[in-house]
This record gives sequence, C-alpha cells and structure tokens, in this order.
Amino acid sequence: MKAKKLRQLVDRIKPRFEKGGKLSILHSTFDAFEAFLFVPDKVTHKGAHIRDNIDLKRTMTVVLIALFPALVFGMLNTGYQHFLAIGRDLPFFSWQGLGFGFVKVLPIIVVSYVTGLGIEFISAQIKGHEVNEGFLVSGMLIPLIMPVDVPLWMVAIATAFAVIFGKEIFGGTGMNVFNPALLARVFLFFSYPAYMSGDKVWIAGLTKGTGIVDGFSGATPLGELAAGHADKIPDLATLFLGTIPGSIGETSTLAILIGAVILIVTGIGSWKIMLSGAIGALFMGGIFNLIGGSSYLELPFYYHLFLGGFAFGIVFMATDPVTASQTETGKWYYGFFIGVMSILIRVANPAYPEGVMLAILLMNVFAPLIDHFVVQANIRRRLKRAIHKV
Amino acid sequence: MPKVVKIRRGLDIRLKGQAFKSLTKPELTGLFAIKPPDFKGLDLRVLVKPGAAVVAGTPILADKVHPDIVLVSPVAGSVESVNRGERRKLLSVVVRSSGSPDSVALIQGDPARMESSQVKDQILRAGLWPALIQRPFGIVARPSDVPRDIFISCFDSSPLSPDFDFILGAEKQSFAEGIKALAKLTSGKVHLGLTAGQADSAVFSNIPSVEYTCFNGPHPAGNTGVQIHHLAPVNKGEIVWTITPQLVSLIGRTFILGRPDFNWTLALAGSRIAKPQYFQVKTGAQVSPLLKGNLTDSELPPRIISGTVLTGSRIDCYGFLGFYDSLVSVIPEGNYFDFFGWALPGINKFSMSRTFLSSLFPKRSWDLDTNLNGGQRAFVVTGQYEKVLPMDIHPVHLLKAILVEDIDKMEELGIYEVIEEDMALCEVVCTSKTDVQEILRSGLDLVRKEMS
Repeated sequence: MKAKKLRQLVDRIKPRFEKGGKLSILHSTFDAFEAFLFVPDKVTHKGAHIRDNIDLKRTMTVVLIALFPALVFGMLNTGYQHFLAIGRDLPFFSWQGLGFGFVKVLPIIVVSYVTGLGIEFISAQIKGHEVNEGFLVSGMLIPLIMPVDVPLWMVAIATAFAVIFGKEIFGGTGMNVFNPALLARVFLFFSYPAYMSGDKVWIAGLTKGTGIVDGFSGATPLGELAAGHADKIPDLATLFLGTIPGSIGETSTLAILIGAVILIVTGIGSWKIMLSGAIGALFMGGIFNLIGGSSYLELPFYYHLFLGGFAFGIVFMATDPVTASQTETGKWYYGFFIGVMSILIRVANPAYPEGVMLAILLMNVFAPLIDHFVVQANIRRRLKRAIHKV
Repeated sequence: MPKVVKIRRGLDIRLKGQAFKSLTKPELTGLFAIKPPDFKGLDLRVLVKPGAAVVAGTPILADKVHPDIVLVSPVAGSVESVNRGERRKLLSVVVRSSGSPDSVALIQGDPARMESSQVKDQILRAGLWPALIQRPFGIVARPSDVPRDIFISCFDSSPLSPDFDFILGAEKQSFAEGIKALAKLTSGKVHLGLTAGQADSAVFSNIPSVEYTCFNGPHPAGNTGVQIHHLAPVNKGEIVWTITPQLVSLIGRTFILGRPDFNWTLALAGSRIAKPQYFQVKTGAQVSPLLKGNLTDSELPPRIISGTVLTGSRIDCYGFLGFYDSLVSVIPEGNYFDFFGWALPGINKFSMSRTFLSSLFPKRSWDLDTNLNGGQRAFVVTGQYEKVLPMDIHPVHLLKAILVEDIDKMEELGIYEVIEEDMALCEVVCTSKTDVQEILRSGLDLVRKEMS
C-alpha cells in the first residue's frame, strides 16, 4: 500500500531529525511534515483514554473548504471585471475569465502562504515547539481581502507584519489579540492607502490604464455611495451575486453564504456571532433610515448586508475564536457591536468608505471586556447563592 | 413523585463491547491488592510486613494525619508484598488469600438504632471509610466533619458503564441498610439520583427517608457532581459527601453480618474483550483470570483500564482492580500512524463536532482506541467545553485561573463544585488535546493546600 511505503520512508529518515541526529536542528520542521502526512501514533497517557478525532488541522481544513466558494467566485469575478473594463464582453462563467483570475490571484496566495508559513516554521524551530496550524486559514484570508492589483511585495511585508506582530510576539496561535489577516490589511491600508482604496485598484489592469474602455468606472458600490452617487449602485440581485468590483473574495454574498452554512453545519463557526452581527448592521442601518437626510442614509437598511466586506468579515473574520468573545453570551454582544460599528463607520465617517475591518479590530480589543462582564455575572450568581445559605 | 431534572448538555459515547448481563464466578489468582494511589487526600503508612498473617478486615494501611482511617485486607491469608515506586512512593500492598473465611468482628445490628459515633466507628474499622469522598476537592472524607448532605448516584452514564441494578440485584437489603447507616452521619439528607427506567428499580426505590431525583440526559448526567450542582451546589465552606452504590451495599453488609464482607461484582467490557460480562470477585482482585482467553485477536495491543475510559487508571494484565471501580475497560491501543487521517472524510471517525462524515450516523457504536488524534496546542476553539459540561461554570476560564495559580479566581469560578470526572468529557472533545483533568487536579490540590 502506498501509505505503508511512505511510512517506511519517513521512518528511515526520522532518526536524523531526533535528538543527537545530524539534522536535529530542523526537528520542528520534520515533525510538521510528518504530522501533515500522518496523524501521529501518540497515545493518551493522562486523563481520558479516548479522544475525539478532531484536531486543529481538521478545524482549519473545514474553514478552508468554506472559503472555497468565495475563492472560486473571486477568480471568476476578477476575470469578468477585467474583460468588462477592456471592452470584451465575456459572460461571467468563461474559461478565459477563470484562467485570467487564476493567474492573477494565485501569486498573491502563494506569497501569503510562503511568507507566513516560513515565519511560523522558523519561530517554531527557534522555540523548539511543534509548528502550529493557525496560519493555514489566515494565509487564505489575506489574499481574499486584498484588491486584485496589490503589488506582491506589499502582500509579503503585510503578511510578515501580521504574523510577527500579530501573533508570534504574543506567543503564537491561540494567544493573539487581533485578527492577523485584518492586521495585514490594515497595515497596508494605512501605509499605502493609494494601493488599497479609490476607484482603480479593484479591477485588474485599471491602475495601469492600458486599453480601458472610455468612461469605465472601477468604483465599488461603497465608493459610489461615499461619493454621494447612490443611484449608481447596482440592484440587490447583482449585489447578492457579487458581479461587482471589490476585494478578491468579498463581493459575492451568495458564495459567502454557502461558506457560512458549511461553518455552521459543522459547528466550526459561531452562528451567534454571524446572526448578531447581521442584526447589529440592520439595526444601525435602520437608525440611519429613520434619521434620513441623504441618499446614503436613506439607503434601505438591508442593503448593508450585501455591500462591501460586511458579509465576508462577519462570517470569516469576526468568527475567529481566538480574537472573538470566548463566552457564549459574550458572542452575542461582540457580533452585535461589530455590526453596529461597521455600518456606523461606513455611513457616518467620510474618511472610510468601509468600516468592517476597523469595527472588527476595535471589537477584538473589547472582546475580553465583554467576557469579563459575563464571567463577573457568573461569579456574582455563585456568591449570591453562598450568601443566601448563611 | 420524584423531581425530574433534564440534563441537556453532554455527550453519550456508545462504545462497542458493552457487558452482557450474565454473572460468572471465576477462579481467582488468590492475590488481592490495595493501591494507595487510588485514595486522594490520604497520606498512607503501611502497617504490616511481607509474610504477616492477616484476616479479612485486618488493617494494612493507615493515614498518617487521621490514623483512624484505615485500609484493610479483603481476605484472610498473608501479606505477599509491599510495592514501592520512585522515591519510595507506596504503589500497592498485595495479600495472598489462604481461602480461610476468618475476619475481624464488628457490630451486628440496626444502624438506625445506633449512635452516629458507633456507626462511624464501624465504617472506619471495616476499612470502608475511604468509600466516602468529600466535595470540594474529591478527597477521602474526614471523620471529624459533619457533611451538609450525602449524594449517591445510582446510575453511571459513562461509556461501557455497568448497570448497578444488575450488580446489586440480590443486595437490596444491604443497600437499604447502608443508607440507614449513612443517614446517621449527616445533618442533612441522603440524596439518590436515578435515571429514566430506574423508577421501579428493585434495589433503589422505596427506601425511606431519602430524597429521590430523576436525572435524564446524556453523560455526565450520572456524575454525582452534576447532580449536586442541579440540586444543591456546594458553596465555599460547605462539605458534602458522595459514595457509589456498591460501596453503600458493602457498608450495609457489615451491619447485617457483623463482619466485613468484600464480595464485589464488576463488569468487564470493551471492544478488545471477546465475551464482555459481569464477574463476581472480591475488592482488589487481580484481573488476569478474567482476561485469560477473553481477548480478541488484534494487531493492536490492549489497554487495560481499571475504571471507565474517561477517568480510569491504566493497569497491566497482571494488575489489580481499583478500590472504587466496578468496571474494567479494555480497548485497543492507538499507537499507529494514520495516513492523512485529519483530511479524509472519516466515515469511521468518532467526533462530537460534525466535521467528519461519521456525523451522518449518530446512533452507531464505536471501537475507539487510545490515539491522541492530534498534537497538543494552546486553547484555540471556544464554546466546545461548554457543550459537554451541564453546569453554570465557565470551564476554560476556570482552567486558565488554575494555570496562572490565581486562587481567588479559582474559588470565584466554582472550583469547589467540580472534580476531574465532571470535566473528563471536556478533555475528550478538546480540539487542542489539553490535559484538562490533570490541570483541574493541580488546581484542587493547590486550593486545598492554601486553605489548610
């Protein structure tokens, strides 16, 4: 059997990486590759003798599967928007479109993973620990929230920044305060704003400008709304499908919804955060509708769920368990405030057409505080019970 | 009508090899052991030397701090060996039976008519005092304490657990007698926890002066800790005692017979057992005769556990039954590499999460092995422990308070209400393979040390 031969091969080279072996310096790397190929033969020694089959690799794999629709749609959309811009009227589903999108998106993914995993492997080796799988998901999230024309060297330093300052200095996977993928984006947003915002960066080739159709606008619907052109945004069906300009993975609410269902059915993503986020957004949108006064404020409140990066953020970023609220009650408040803040920043703040990234990072800071109040309530219940007995 | 409590959170793990309800009396090896590591909170000193003659009920170990808490020989014969491990830690005292029925003499009579101090004295002299476990901390009860209540769970919801109605089928009188004795020791009530189907139990129902409550739901509904939490949680400064049904019956027998009697029924179960069934042995029996010719053929070696797969201790095939255990579980070792196991659809992989295709078959039973199924990681996933802990406690926050040794926080978060068995399921379902039970025990020991 292929697996047996592979196992024998690994067993033959394994001693070189163990203590005393020639390559023992690289043992974390070897262990990571061995664990990738084979679930280890370690058995339980303390506590419960049986264990659930789930592990972090499996959890991350499910998230990657959930991201897949958004990724494929993103590639197709990249091709479609590009060909629209240069005047070639290709349908959405075309081989040229997919091929173009694939060739544009794949390098960004490769740069993200190579940089991120490279740093993770080196950190694990220095510490002498096992390589943690945390970056498996962040590595896919980072490309999906980038504009398609982002220079690759920027992706590399943003990823390095996110992994080092967003994770490793705190102690690695499970210890970080901020969502690493969002840190990468926010780093680029504030350092190279011209490459991360505006009307040209969202469609491949628009920044260079060669061969673009006269009068073609690459503005995203949020960009139009921020400029006061509420009449120029597409209809709800188009917004839902996502055949609009935007970051690579964020445009199709439909593709993201499929991902959300996968996350909820498998129990990996918190439906509480997703639902309360949607409620918060609708709530804030509703308040703006009541205030009224401009075409943006009067945009029907439910449009906000389909615009910009809200759907992507609330399904894949806000649900990151390490940086979200960790108590079940806390998750309701956490998601709700992300929804409220996203729409508030979007509509009320002229400097930021999109508020999701900042809202999530802000709530990452407040998540422990929310948990603190929930745990305090639990502590008070216990104390009250003790006092009543006396 | 007893009160009914519905337990919603938890997980029933159906394992293959549930014991058939048939009772055999096997030929035992004649060796019986008392194992000091079984007894939490006791610092034991051995009282006899190898070769000394003993009868059933002769004290062979005594606690250094509370010398009236003794452990006795279950049979008449001679001391075979005193076994120590690293740093002279006492591991076991083994007694060889001579077959003689000699035993010490105790009081024969109705405990309801005795003074509580006499009842206490009898239990202590019979070597059965360690049967009483105290909450908080899950240590052996102190004879000087008077507990607020005594709680007994009449069913075990753990995987492969024995049916106490079957084990105590002929022991209704001794169980009832044991309850009468226990009632003398507390200022409060004796609580019995039953489950659906035990309402007309021949053994457990219709005992006067006890509080009955019915607990329905998945494991850990049968855990005494969970039952206490739902009836009358343990607050700071309170002490309650718990005891398992078969040990209650042993206490009862001392009053009926006027001498200690250590006949014990256990279930042998698990997927590596060819004929899982019940055996009548004595406490501390050697398990080898039960396993002889009873193991299935397999490439994987067996793991023999005295107790349940969640909380039991590992023994080898010549090992001895633990003092508190009515079950010996035998499952395959999982020391094999699984090619891409974490990535494949996994139709045969057990999981509480729904990330494997096996979730399509929720009612099936499993042949689980001891593979860790992943490497140890930091706490990442949230909400997982809460799904299997039916208590108003934040488990991860409690564990983190223990890891940073914040005693005030541990108290505030409810460390007095849990012991390892209550959080064993959290350890099973943990994505990060955290040593939950070990962390919890270190926290309990730390708080107990600081409080004394």
